[in-house]
Amino acid sequence: MTLLIGSLQLGFIYGMLALGIYISFRILNIPDLTADGSFTLGLAVSAVLTLAGHPLLGILLAIVAGAAAGTVTGLLQTKLEIHPILAGIITMSSLYSINLYVLGSRSNLSLIGSDTLFTQIAWLPVSKEILKTLVPFAFCFLCAVVLIWFFKTHLGLCIRATGNNEEMVKASSINVDAMKILAVAISNACIGLAGAVLAQYQGYADISSGIGIMVVGLASAIIGEAIFGRRSLTIGLLSAIFGSLIYRFIIAAALKSSIFPAYMLRVVSAVIVVIALAVPVVKKHLELHNMRKKVELDA
Amino acid sequence: MLEISNATKIFLAGTPNEHVALDKVTLSLAKGEFVTLIGSNGAGKSTLFNAIGGTFWLNRGKILLQGENITYLAEHKRAARIGRLFQDPLKGSAPDMTIEENLALAYNRRSRNGLRLGVHPKDVKVFREKIAQLDMGLEDRLRTKVGLLSGGQRQALSLLMSTIAKPALLLLDEHTAALDPAAAEKIMAITKDIVSQDQITTMMITHNIQTALKTGTRTIMLDQGKILLDIAGKAREEMTVSRLLEHFSQQSQNTLDDDRMLLSH
Repeated sequence: MTLLIGSLQLGFIYGMLALGIYISFRILNIPDLTADGSFTLGLAVSAVLTLAGHPLLGILLAIVAGAAAGTVTGLLQTKLEIHPILAGIITMSSLYSINLYVLGSRSNLSLIGSDTLFTQIAWLPVSKEILKTLVPFAFCFLCAVVLIWFFKTHLGLCIRATGNNEEMVKASSINVDAMKILAVAISNACIGLAGAVLAQYQGYADISSGIGIMVVGLASAIIGEAIFGRRSLTIGLLSAIFGSLIYRFIIAAALKSSIFPAYMLRVVSAVIVVIALAVPVVKKHLELHNMRKKVELDA
Repeated sequence: MLEISNATKIFLAGTPNEHVALDKVTLSLAKGEFVTLIGSNGAGKSTLFNAIGGTFWLNRGKILLQGENITYLAEHKRAARIGRLFQDPLKGSAPDMTIEENLALAYNRRSRNGLRLGVHPKDVKVFREKIAQLDMGLEDRLRTKVGLLSGGQRQALSLLMSTIAKPALLLLDEHTAALDPAAAEKIMAITKDIVSQDQITTMMITHNIQTALKTGTRTIMLDQGKILLDIAGKAREEMTVSRLLEHFSQQSQNTLDDDRMLLSH
């Protein structure tokens, strides 16, 4: 039971990360490595402001900070025509310094004893575990609703078309560069938000929290897709969150039964992603193999 | 309507491979004119379209659209008033989005409010009406993903998308060349309908001289970046394919080396 509740709590937090990754990877069709930096940035901003006594402001500013990081990557990609992956790496690595600066040149920051969003609503007549589930759920729910609405607006359609057929977007009098920048900004705003909630949930911020986080988000988004398929955008966004819940549960169960030690987490995430991405290729080879076999039987 | 003066485009300028694709082209289109554009490969037809559409800038010259100088205007800004259609039917629409979403993008191209609903129920009525005119049964499949349509259907949709916002100028770059003959004929018929119905000023590139002379109101022949022939009205009515070819061999130093153009008449 604690296993289930624990994975629900983390699942909703990392669900917002999965939403962010889904936007860049699936909607915009660009793997964006800014995630590793913007996640920690959200974490740091939220932690510092919580320590100063403004937990809610911390969350809001973390969203803004994530969006700003995304905007930088977007500008590098479009205005300076730097390769999208390289643009992400450049922002990510410079964010390492920025994050240290935000944390006051400390590599970690403890929030023990300070007021967080979780302690602020402790007066609610529910158990502590439910409280710890409620906050992540509320943020994740809000985030999903806003995104689902946004991608139904004219701007949202423009972004989706940009990831789908750039030529057509230009011909429809839409500014491709602006759409890309906006999409990467929104993606990283979600990722920053995930980091911000995590900081207050776990009660500390660590400079290395974001390492490999992009693969974690990717694994969640892909697991969701494997279950629900690629149907509509709304289902896609919801399946990313669901994928995050499943992912957390798998990881928690595996850690509990000590199938692998905790430090192997990133390897497992990477393997999940590779397997999921390999499925279509394996399917294709199997089909070709079966085709050949049939022909050989006929002959 | 459209005024092009001294348009010059040089590719790879300053290198041994320098190529003058447009050589001081001066051209004026009146509102509602339907110009067909012919010429052999490398004559500068597509270069002219790209210059008007804003894919690249001219080295020299000026382009005025509705009296406004658009010579250095960004491509996507020109697209608000210029509809373009390409040979490749896959180029004009987004495959993972539905028919109505694609149409909505094209329809709201001049919309200022980005946060309004993308596919408005009021607009869908217009889409259904418009797409019914294509007579392809697509009006009942507005929520189908465009990737599932055939090449002909996709090109018909692209045509609708590039004209639904009533552009000032429509550029058709061999938009039926990649389709099978039946689909090509159908798209051509739809093109004529839409252009005459909405009185859109249109330029169409074609390799088929017969089509060029039969369609529209004016025919221009390009050769080596220059206008070789520009006929309209009576002169055009009396023009035949063989006379046109004769004219070409007299005027042009290079022989007509384009098989497609020779074979298609």
